[in-house]
Amino acid sequence: MSDVYAPPGPALDEGRVITVQGQDWDEVFGAEVGDERIVLNMGPQHPSTHGVLRLVLELEGESVISCRLVVGYLHTGIEKTTEYRNWVQGTTLVTRMDYLSPLFNETAYCLAVEKLLGIEAPERATVIRVLLMELQRIASHLVWLATTGLELGALSIMLYGWRERELILDVLEMITGLRMNHAYVRPGGVAVDLPAGAEEKIREFLAIMPERLDEYEDLLSANPIWVRRTRGIGYLDLTGCVALGVTGPLLRSAGYDYDLRKAEPYCGYETYDFDVPTSTDCDVYSRYELRMQEMRESLKIVRQALDRLRPGPVMVADKKIAWPSQLALGPDGLGNSLDHVQRIMADSMEALIHHFKLVTEGFRVPAGQVYVPIESPRGELGYHVVADGSNRPFRVHVRDPSFVNLQAVPALVEGGLLADLIAAVASVDPVMGGVDR
Amino acid sequence: MTNDTSGMPRHTSSPRPAPVLGALDELRAWARGAVDAVAKAAGEGVEKVVVDRGELTIYLDRSALTAAAQVLRDELRCELLSSLSGVDYLGVDERRLHVVYHLTSMTYRERVRLEVAVTVDDPHVPSVVDIWPTADWHERETYDFFGIVFDGHPALTRIQMPDDWEGHPQRKDYPLGGVPVEYHGAQIAPPEDRRAWA
Repeated sequence: MSDVYAPPGPALDEGRVITVQGQDWDEVFGAEVGDERIVLNMGPQHPSTHGVLRLVLELEGESVISCRLVVGYLHTGIEKTTEYRNWVQGTTLVTRMDYLSPLFNETAYCLAVEKLLGIEAPERATVIRVLLMELQRIASHLVWLATTGLELGALSIMLYGWRERELILDVLEMITGLRMNHAYVRPGGVAVDLPAGAEEKIREFLAIMPERLDEYEDLLSANPIWVRRTRGIGYLDLTGCVALGVTGPLLRSAGYDYDLRKAEPYCGYETYDFDVPTSTDCDVYSRYELRMQEMRESLKIVRQALDRLRPGPVMVADKKIAWPSQLALGPDGLGNSLDHVQRIMADSMEALIHHFKLVTEGFRVPAGQVYVPIESPRGELGYHVVADGSNRPFRVHVRDPSFVNLQAVPALVEGGLLADLIAAVASVDPVMGGVDR
Repeated sequence: MTNDTSGMPRHTSSPRPAPVLGALDELRAWARGAVDAVAKAAGEGVEKVVVDRGELTIYLDRSALTAAAQVLRDELRCELLSSLSGVDYLGVDERRLHVVYHLTSMTYRERVRLEVAVTVDDPHVPSVVDIWPTADWHERETYDFFGIVFDGHPALTRIQMPDDWEGHPQRKDYPLGGVPVEYHGAQIAPPEDRRAWA
């Protein structure tokens, strides 16, 4: 059985192998002339690897001959842990996977649980989910822009990206009580309705953001350093993308307008007016352009979602599923409202029992399995959820787009320069929390 | 490839049709075509077909997996292997380790799920890496977590757990771990020792 992925040329362990670990440069420079292959370990603690990603590189001079990825440094066993918690607690766990797009994790998980239960979230809850997901898509792309800018030496774009992301996090904090890992989307709807003033705050953001996006493009799009470091770099064509299972902006940069919001609409995306930008350049620059355009499309969706917010319930009416807790936002985050505490502690023993049973034991989900895919900022985020009829998931498997897209990194970087590897890895936008789970 | 299909049951003129659970008629024509094509390619390797909550699952014997996967990719245009993972049906199924393949036809915007069951004593399943290269890491992860061996995988090593880890953590008989904690004077048991209401 030969290694189908083996790089051309002699095997890695042939000849002299030099591992550079720091403090040993004299040995490397003392190596005999002509034996220029070195094996370089990059990461897992490296500012340009987007978290704890380790790259093992075989270099010949400045050229990357082969690249192998080592992941698993952030493995936290979230999938296993969900099997020991009830269905609602699952939201709190899955939100911590891909930490730049927690609301996508929550929504996909809740859509899967709802499909198993055979219920549908109310209209207002669905609109709120779309609204928040699209805001978060912008926040996630801004982090991508900021970190990629930093890695390619564009420090100002780093500061601007974080600055505008903070505006979105403020909105999310106002609505969900938390900046990240919200646990706001719940099976059957969302935890709590939008607080007073949230719509105005989002509209303020909508007024600011378009011109900020123009500013970024003024800074970057024609910037000779940015262009030369990204154009033609990290090339992966459509065949390569599909074979390697790559989805999201990478696939769209290869010319395929595959976006699950259009291909297999969920949450009513078929009723929103937006475009799926594509490019045929297959390089880092086109992925930058696509993400900028996607932010503008997301702004369009947010605007439409705000306009169609109608008063109504944000959780299914079924008292066997909806938590009775009447949550309210207090100064210390989301908690039970005082009225509700008064009711269960002083007025109604039945209400207390019901609250206690539903919160500790939780509801049961009929046996079966479903797979629910949604379009996260990084591609197809799929939840394969298996229920055995009890109050806890039997198995939750997450098809995380970062995990799959990361497999394409060797194809992006092999044969290129070491410096270009930084741009190519950045263009994949891996989030290690999602990769390792 | 080591995926030797010579011992595979061949399609005969009147194969025993696999039982269908659920309403196949509710699915679109593509899904019915997929069931027919897989039945033709895999013959008696199709164990059962399940339609549940609008999703199609085809249960296959492992000997039929390669043929079914090939026909699904080439004829039904399932270009994308969205997901590949395992489920441990301990106490539910004699062949407790299931490998679950989620295939997506980007052309037809359709999905199908394949499921292959093996035992712990003989946890071998042919690899699909040469059909969908994206299966590489998925199969490594499934090996890592469930101990399912994918024959023909180019480098089946652990991917999430350390290389010298013992055991396969996602199996149902692998403990979650954890220690009791004291909270307001009470001992709180680790999650797996708490009441489960099963």
